[in-house]
Amino acid sequence: MSTSDYVVLTEGLQKRYRETQALDGLDLAVPRGLVFGLLGPNGAGKTTAVRILSTLVRPDGGRAEVAGHDVRTQPRLVRRRIGLTGQNTAVDDNISARQNLVMFGRLFHIGKAAARQRADELLAQFGLADAAEKTPKKFSGGMRRRLDLASSMILAPEVLFLDEPTTGLDPAGRREVWQAVGELAAHGTTVVLTTHYLDEADKLCDRIGVIDRGRNVVEDTPSGLKRRIGNERLEIVAADPGDLPAIEMLLGKVAADGRTPTLDETTLAASVAVSNGVTALTEVAAELRHRDLTVADLGLRRPTLDEAFLHLTGERPTDDLEVSK
Amino acid sequence: MSMLRLAPDTSDTLGSRVRWAVADCWTILIQELTHLVRQPSTFAWQLGFPIVMVLMFVYVFGSAMDVSGQGAGEGYLEFAMPGLFAMTMAFGFMNTAFAVAMIKEKGFIDRFRSMPMASSAVVTGRGLSDVIHATVDLAILVAIALVLGWRPGGGIAATLSAFALLLWLRLALIFVGIQLGLMVKNTEAAGNLFAVAFPFGMVSSVFAPPDLMPGWLGAVAAWNPVSSTAGAIRELFVSPAVSSGYWIEQHAVAAAVIWPAVITAIFLPLAVRQFQRLGR
Repeated sequence: MSTSDYVVLTEGLQKRYRETQALDGLDLAVPRGLVFGLLGPNGAGKTTAVRILSTLVRPDGGRAEVAGHDVRTQPRLVRRRIGLTGQNTAVDDNISARQNLVMFGRLFHIGKAAARQRADELLAQFGLADAAEKTPKKFSGGMRRRLDLASSMILAPEVLFLDEPTTGLDPAGRREVWQAVGELAAHGTTVVLTTHYLDEADKLCDRIGVIDRGRNVVEDTPSGLKRRIGNERLEIVAADPGDLPAIEMLLGKVAADGRTPTLDETTLAASVAVSNGVTALTEVAAELRHRDLTVADLGLRRPTLDEAFLHLTGERPTDDLEVSK
Repeated sequence: MSMLRLAPDTSDTLGSRVRWAVADCWTILIQELTHLVRQPSTFAWQLGFPIVMVLMFVYVFGSAMDVSGQGAGEGYLEFAMPGLFAMTMAFGFMNTAFAVAMIKEKGFIDRFRSMPMASSAVVTGRGLSDVIHATVDLAILVAIALVLGWRPGGGIAATLSAFALLLWLRLALIFVGIQLGLMVKNTEAAGNLFAVAFPFGMVSSVFAPPDLMPGWLGAVAAWNPVSSTAGAIRELFVSPAVSSGYWIEQHAVAAAVIWPAVITAIFLPLAVRQFQRLGR
């Protein structure tokens, strides 16, 4: 790949805020047309990276090119080629959805008639045509976010930056936003998004860059990331909490070298990494029948991104993760 | 995708920049004014305070104050009304600060700064709409004053000059509002600025002559920029006022021109710097 195939390219990006080294030599290469996820715990530097790439803050060191232009020396050229949807929904609640889009169209300098036409196109594209004349005050969280996304798509940007696009949304709202982002990506927009929801990264992204303390940890596809921690897991959900100790012991027998089963007292699920899934599954099934233990569920599963993340950064990301599962 | 292909204006000459700065300012101004038109209750909320103050001072405290040297309560309405106009302009910086804190909190400033628009428009559009807002505020207060029996005593030119001085003060305080709005963390903190604004508005000649205050407080009140504007417009409205010994009170019109200029000279660069600091 030549450098022009990358829409976002950074080298050794540095940014310091007083005592915190927000970015400490971040390298990114985002190929055109992909959905690229920046995944990391709070304070990992995800937002700082997006703010630098969208020309909001200047880096202290290193180089960043977006859509072929340097963010530091050619910010005006970058701004014509990007869209930004920040952490807060920048929607004006006191004017209608259409007026919001027309206003942004005018600020993008496309002219009055084109701004109106573009507003109608975007309202249709984001499924907001019926709500065009309403003020966003009465919108659901998902609708507000879709209007927010539409506002950053006025110029059909080469790259769209989304900073935690679904934080604070209910499950329905998250699905709406995922669908909208998926459609944008299908039409060829490169999307760079930050998230600390692992399921979101798993669902939306073609590639994921895991970052921690302002540095790259690893970059891979979602399934590649999961493969990195290797083994499949065998999971048993107990029908009776009293059976958990016995189940734990059974799993311990088939565990891969040096692994111990993990228990979740609330879901009654116990799981362990195994080196050969099918063998372990048949062994455990036979044992269960032999002991006449009834279980709610028994199965093999690939490791989740949660586990990949834990494995890669050596820490639990954030408490929010529990909510996202 | 069957989408119209959009080519933004890519010229980057000084002329086109100026043209866009004006156009963007206009777009923001229209947005702000749409808010005011859609929510006229904004005026009611914001003018509620000065109206309550004037009723309280004119009818409760004013009857005990001798501001004209002709006995308690005499000429107090003529004294207090110009003070009230000046105070409303002075407290206007809170509206600016709150609005700026709001667009910062809601992420509008970030989005605007990531766009190819003139970022100055965020500030110029805000400022223009605040001046228009203040003009409407004044018109409402003048109507109330006229109902209560207040009459400007000067000619048309003097009366218009008085209103120009009021808006001049409000304009200068826009930069204070922008600076504070960018500085505070969120809208809640912007709301708390009232604790600062209140003494700034009250320790002045707005409702009581500094001569009636203890010496040092009287001096502070007399040199308050709000007092200068209040004093100047009292002169222009030919309102009764006891002449005091403070030098600045005797040159109120000049002070009412200079004070806002000084405030602008200090806070305009500060506000610009604060805006640029967002990029750090």
